[in-house]
Amino acid sequence: MKQGFRQSMAWLHTWTGLLVGWLLLLIFMAGTASYYREEISRWMRPELPASQVSADVAAQRAVAFLQANAAHAETWFVTLPDARNPAIRLFWRNPDSMVKPPVEGERRRRGGGRFGEATVDPNTGNALEARQTRGGDFFYRLHFDLHYLPVMWARYLVGFCAMFMLVAIITGVITHKKIFKDFFTFRPEKGLRSWLDFHNVSAVMALPYHAMITYTGIVTLMVMYMPWGMKAAYPQDENAFFSEAFGGLPEITTEAGQRMPSAPVQRLLDSARLQWNGADVAGFSVVHPGADNAVIDIRQRDGRRLSSETPALRYDMVRGTLLQHSPEAGAATATRGVMYGLHLAHFADWGLRALFFLSGLVGCLMVASGVVLWAVKERPKHARQGRIGFGLRLVDALNIGTVAGLPIAFAAYFWGNRLLPVGLQARAEMEVSVFFYTWAAALVAAFVWPRRAMWAVQLYAGAAMFALLPVVNALTTSAHLGITLRTGDWVLAGFDLAMLAFGAMLALCAWRMQHWQPPLSAAEKKKRAAAMAHAAKTAEAGA
Amino acid sequence: MDRPFATESRIHPSAHRRARFAAHFARPGWTVFARSMAAMFGGYALASSTAVFLAVALPGARGQAVLTGMLVAIVVAACAALWAFATRSALRAWLGIAVPALLLAAAAHALGAWS
Repeated sequence: MKQGFRQSMAWLHTWTGLLVGWLLLLIFMAGTASYYREEISRWMRPELPASQVSADVAAQRAVAFLQANAAHAETWFVTLPDARNPAIRLFWRNPDSMVKPPVEGERRRRGGGRFGEATVDPNTGNALEARQTRGGDFFYRLHFDLHYLPVMWARYLVGFCAMFMLVAIITGVITHKKIFKDFFTFRPEKGLRSWLDFHNVSAVMALPYHAMITYTGIVTLMVMYMPWGMKAAYPQDENAFFSEAFGGLPEITTEAGQRMPSAPVQRLLDSARLQWNGADVAGFSVVHPGADNAVIDIRQRDGRRLSSETPALRYDMVRGTLLQHSPEAGAATATRGVMYGLHLAHFADWGLRALFFLSGLVGCLMVASGVVLWAVKERPKHARQGRIGFGLRLVDALNIGTVAGLPIAFAAYFWGNRLLPVGLQARAEMEVSVFFYTWAAALVAAFVWPRRAMWAVQLYAGAAMFALLPVVNALTTSAHLGITLRTGDWVLAGFDLAMLAFGAMLALCAWRMQHWQPPLSAAEKKKRAAAMAHAAKTAEAGA
Repeated sequence: MDRPFATESRIHPSAHRRARFAAHFARPGWTVFARSMAAMFGGYALASSTAVFLAVALPGARGQAVLTGMLVAIVVAACAALWAFATRSALRAWLGIAVPALLLAAAAHALGAWS
């Protein structure tokens, strides 16, 4: 029975892993890149000046901008600049009367004009004069919303993959007899054995990370995936659940009152800092701005807190009186907050963030080596029959097109950012198209010719595109290594250096793939040794 | 690829017709399909009824109970998938998931869910 159990778990591991492996790799790579979402956004807008103003001045400029451009909005949402992001980010929600009805035949924009947004330079208080790009936000969204698909479908699909991943992790651990010993085992140059060892090492080395990131990933969207408890316990009013369970300040349902000027925002921020014993302000939101019942919620910066639930204070924005503290979180709320926070890793400083990023990369390698392992294991059977069957050919093509093709698409996205003309219409969407067209080209090439040479070709292509990115950057902007290294701008310099490192790693993989010889099986070795001995004997006899 | 589910049910010689019927459902393709359905849909149903049961049964604030139910349900869904492929037959896979799911749902209903 024990043997049977382990065997069936191995079977389950193989098939759950393979079925979702390629989409999972996209999700893993996008998620790993999202650890540096702000840094990527920064690199992709090289025009952006560093912020040199205090939070108070930035807040005043944000309010002034919103008063000029979104005076009639129902809600303002302001994120102030911080060490990782030098711009002010603004969102606002327009009243129903301003929402245009959907036009027949026209692709409806998300929210139909319901929401406005702007990125503001804190130094001038004007909308930012930077190239249109989605920057790192693209990877962040791609991680759970995918693209080209309705958002809800995409999230269910990603949740489905994540569930398979969770099952694959658990069954993977069960399949392992010698989890500790395997940790130190790597037998290179042994074909299937090496791939298996590599898959094991990459999985076991970061196992706590993999288990954590998969479970917490499902937790981030669990209200959507598993709403039945909420629907049973709150049959009438789901909003009551949200305000009870998510610990934030309650939603405001009153109508806006008469117009009335607000108190100066820096006074409110000062008061909030005093309440928090000097902790920093991350941003704020205003409900009914410019009305006599305007209310401002001020959010504390997450700083070193593990949980994603950050304390907030609510003030009467006209009179400046403190109305409410965010409620103390319950045990389950706090648990969910920590899970959520662990997944996003906003608390991580640069060292821990790098560790998370590397763990994410190891996760990508684990998924990639897993799908490759399937093909390596399957190949001898097909070789014995004399032809490559449809299943293996399909897996081979998908392996090349994603494992080697996706890095090309990532690099192409950055190339597009530097090479597309700055004044282009719908430029941000064009960059995204560059990503997907490149990936599609890699996939098509892989399907046309799924051979080992194609592995090398695509890996070399990815290597070249990553390695040349700093060069393209130097030719098109003045934020290149020659300047950033000198001025110590480690975000931009680090990005370029990381691209060089990726190029080198991919080149190494490509070189190995090009010069790899299939290892001889034991039987083959014995046969060759016998043939050699025989030849030697006949030569001796002849002489 | 090994087929661990290929030889799982022994056919009793006395009941020939029943045996043929059983043999049909013991084919690896069918049992893998049945187990997969048990793992995915049965697992989701079991997780859902666990979530609902905990949401109405746990003491303390309702919102906290609902959240706890959700957090536990994810683990339950994963364990259900393991059970579906670990147990001896597809029938046991389904029973081991459907029975607790129904019991939990009935208990939740008795405690006031869906009323």
